[in-house]
Amino acid sequence: MTAIPHETTKARRTAGIPFLLKTAFINALIALVLFSLMIGIRTEAGSDGQLTYWTRFGDLASIVAAVFGGSIVIELLRQWIGPTGAEKLVPPSVQSGMSFIGRYVAPALLIFTLLVPVIFYDQRYILDLAILVLTYVMLGWGLNVVVGLAGLLDLGYVAFYAVGAYSYALLATNFGWSFWVCLPLAGILAAFWGMLLGFPVLRLRGDYLAIVTLAFGEIIRLVIINWQSLTGGPNGVSGIPRPTFFGIPLDNSDDGLAAKLGIEYSPTHRIVFLFYLILALALLTNWVTIRLRRLPIGRAWEALREDEVACRALGINTTTTKLTAFATGAMFGGFAGAFFATRQGFISPESFTFQESALVLAIVVLGGMGSQLGVALAALAMIGGFELFRSLETYRMLVFGMAMVLIMIWRPRGLIGHRAPTVYLTKANAISSDLVKEGHG
Amino acid sequence: MSGEPILSVDRLTMRFGGIVAVQDLSFAAERKKITALIGPNGAGKTTVFNCITGFYKPSGGSIRLAHDDGKVIALERLNDFRIAKQAKVARTFQNIRLFPGMTALENLMVAQHNALMRASGLTFLGLIGVPSYRTAEKRAIELATEWLKRVNLLDRADDAAGNFAYGDQRRLEIARAMCTEPALLCLDEPAAGLNARESAGLSELLLSIRNELGTSILLIEHDMSVVMEISDHIVVMDHGLKIAQGTPREVRDDPKVIAAYLGTDEEEAAAVMESGS
Amino acid sequence: MDYFAQQLINGLVLGSIYGLIAIGYTMVYGIVGMINFAHGDIFMIGGFIALITFLILISLGLTAIPVILLVVLLVSMAITALYGWTIERIAYRPLRHSFRLAPMLSAIGMSFVLTNYSQVAQGARVKPIPPFIIGGYTLHESADGFVIQLSNIQIMVVLTTIALLGIFTWLVSRTRLGRDMRACEQDQTMAALLGVDVDRTISMTFVIGAALAAVAGLMYLLYYGLVDFFMGFVAGIKAFTAAVLGGIGSLPGAMLGGLAIGLIETFWSAYFSVEYKDVAAFSILIVVLIFMPTGLLGRPEVEKV
Repeated sequence: MTAIPHETTKARRTAGIPFLLKTAFINALIALVLFSLMIGIRTEAGSDGQLTYWTRFGDLASIVAAVFGGSIVIELLRQWIGPTGAEKLVPPSVQSGMSFIGRYVAPALLIFTLLVPVIFYDQRYILDLAILVLTYVMLGWGLNVVVGLAGLLDLGYVAFYAVGAYSYALLATNFGWSFWVCLPLAGILAAFWGMLLGFPVLRLRGDYLAIVTLAFGEIIRLVIINWQSLTGGPNGVSGIPRPTFFGIPLDNSDDGLAAKLGIEYSPTHRIVFLFYLILALALLTNWVTIRLRRLPIGRAWEALREDEVACRALGINTTTTKLTAFATGAMFGGFAGAFFATRQGFISPESFTFQESALVLAIVVLGGMGSQLGVALAALAMIGGFELFRSLETYRMLVFGMAMVLIMIWRPRGLIGHRAPTVYLTKANAISSDLVKEGHG
Repeated sequence: MSGEPILSVDRLTMRFGGIVAVQDLSFAAERKKITALIGPNGAGKTTVFNCITGFYKPSGGSIRLAHDDGKVIALERLNDFRIAKQAKVARTFQNIRLFPGMTALENLMVAQHNALMRASGLTFLGLIGVPSYRTAEKRAIELATEWLKRVNLLDRADDAAGNFAYGDQRRLEIARAMCTEPALLCLDEPAAGLNARESAGLSELLLSIRNELGTSILLIEHDMSVVMEISDHIVVMDHGLKIAQGTPREVRDDPKVIAAYLGTDEEEAAAVMESGS
Repeated sequence: MDYFAQQLINGLVLGSIYGLIAIGYTMVYGIVGMINFAHGDIFMIGGFIALITFLILISLGLTAIPVILLVVLLVSMAITALYGWTIERIAYRPLRHSFRLAPMLSAIGMSFVLTNYSQVAQGARVKPIPPFIIGGYTLHESADGFVIQLSNIQIMVVLTTIALLGIFTWLVSRTRLGRDMRACEQDQTMAALLGVDVDRTISMTFVIGAALAAVAGLMYLLYYGLVDFFMGFVAGIKAFTAAVLGGIGSLPGAMLGGLAIGLIETFWSAYFSVEYKDVAAFSILIVVLIFMPTGLLGRPEVEKV
């Protein structure tokens, strides 16, 4: 899309108090109409099925007042800070400083992550949260291959997560196969499904691909719900075996790891083990992705994102290139799914909704497409933030959704927008996000 | 004419719905020579290019490419990417298509994709870092460096291609096409948008590609100073038909060519005659 | 045969509702090139507003059903249209010239906001209403006692859809606004240079799309007799599927796609299994796109080299 030079100077033209009040008044009026029925009236179905309603004009009034006050504050802030878009004019010295920090953030973060179970050994909640964050880091890194590197929009990533989870759950509960056998199988099966979906649809472009992947995600979920004899339907699969330390169970039994090591058993052992397990899986994903980027296949993915026609003119088989990106991303999703299943011990279709796909995609885009560190930070921010608002209960998705909108407006290119070259002669110059394309497929 | 031509186009026809863009076009491009395809706007030159490089499937006719080892390939039967991969035909685009978010060096590395894929054992060997892949990659970087040197962009190897000036982008695109080590290089208006000095540099570059590397070149060009200076053979098209062919001198004096240009655009006709004399 | 005819009627009614929502998707896609993920929730909001307006009117003692329906239609169209306008203003306009994925994620966020908003504002439970429009016609009664029913609601849904489509086609093809919309679709920069108010045109696109979704919401409420806060997601995805199936960007395509999805769903439920009706709809979408990559009526994408 081309930029149209019609700057909205209207907002700054008149900065006086009457203007301020007028804007706030109009906004409040709009809010009044918007919320009049939805907030002002509350409906509820009674026990006899009869619908009743009561009024909540107090709530309505306070929301309208909040909008009035809020628009004054926002307008004042806008005039005070200056035109939006000023953030783009970051001086080069600051930018190089940021890349300097960037060089040390990743190792520091890694060291801190390694120490998390030591520091927070007694805080089960934090350990659980850390495991959750790492799961999303891994999913984000997996999807990053598809969306960030190859520029293919995948709205059904959760399907591969589900395939991985159910593969492990069903193989383990039906055949008693161990986690370590099932883990690669889960990845392979997910990759296989990725290829199966990818093969016919990858010649679709842009949003057609997006809707097909979304449809595929829904198909997988609906099949899981309805194929009750295999998957247990909405009730899910329970009693999924916990992972073992390469064959040694992490429980209170005589064969357990604690007994063998001669230390006192604690349920935390398993949590710590799970933590390092997902950390290892995530780091594997990261390592493979970084390696792949420097190999011809990874460069071809990025070239595909930049210009598909040029790729074909250079003799690159775009179909197989896309397919490998899809399968690689799916495989990582499958690994993460198998981990999810063993961690939870119970899975049901509810865990694999479109919301999950949207969340992982949001992590990738917020991270700055293609940036590994950005994705990790975004996962931390999103999942951590999501947890912070746990106390809000029912308002959680409201806040989460608003945060998504605001973040996109604030940084459409994500936290770390620039791209690092995969090969260089003298110096690896970061490439500005303005030049990097985001693909059409 | 000496020897067998590298490219023979025989009765090529391309129709879009009811419109005939190219009709019964036959011509040949000689090995290790520069062949130019000229004609007024809308004559069907780019369509011919797209047929040769596989972006369009011709409605009729045949396109044969003969490699040095005597192997003859029917281009009209190959899919797009296979023409570059197997038939070794590389091309550039009228409206430059670099990978703007990748560095100049990376652009040239992508061009060597197929060779590097083989060396990396379809990625698996490369992933574990076998030494043979490392040597292959080193060689690829050397080839890229050599081409950056040739097109005078070595000092900008690590800059994003999207930041390059127009003329530099044109040269980089040619370098990228050459990194596929093609048998036939097809250039779609390589001099478009270049100033006189840059055009002269381009002519020099193309001549050196022909003379030093022996790569055959087929080009579409409007800039007659370039065409007349470097072409060994010129094919003139108008309204999808071939109206003349021959050496630059023969074409320049051909009344049909002058008429074709005069009939469409006086400026261009003047340019043809002026730059030729 | 009778069974088939009955399912055909049911499918066409459902398809009309999908089609009305799909038009909103396709219009927005055509003009700003983004998938408006919040559109399904706009439809849901429309249903809720219709429900609340009904309740108020009835408690005010109104009994004339045509009057009630008209008022409900106008109120829900107006307020829902304002929702569409506001959302475009807040969540999409700042991102108009941004990267492709940014507005899409913003839209997904907005969809979460709207779903959760109506859950918080109106509670999570399903809201039923008593049937307003009752009665209908028995078209045919076969010897074995099977009847083909055509209810008044079904007639109303189809007639309203046809009427709206007529108005809408007129709007797009004959009015100044329609011309501006088509101009923006082709080239926003050029349209702006020629004096088209692009911002306003895009706003109006969202307003019209939301108003049509509100009508769909009302129809859904009348036809199924209930609304709930989560109905926007499924209906939205179906309608979007319909828009893509028909060829996104094409208005007749959206309606055709809507009907196709409605019929597929109904027939699949009738002859095969209810559980897999959505799987069938999505699978057919995938199959159609494999053979017709730009949908049924979409313009084939010409690759410029």
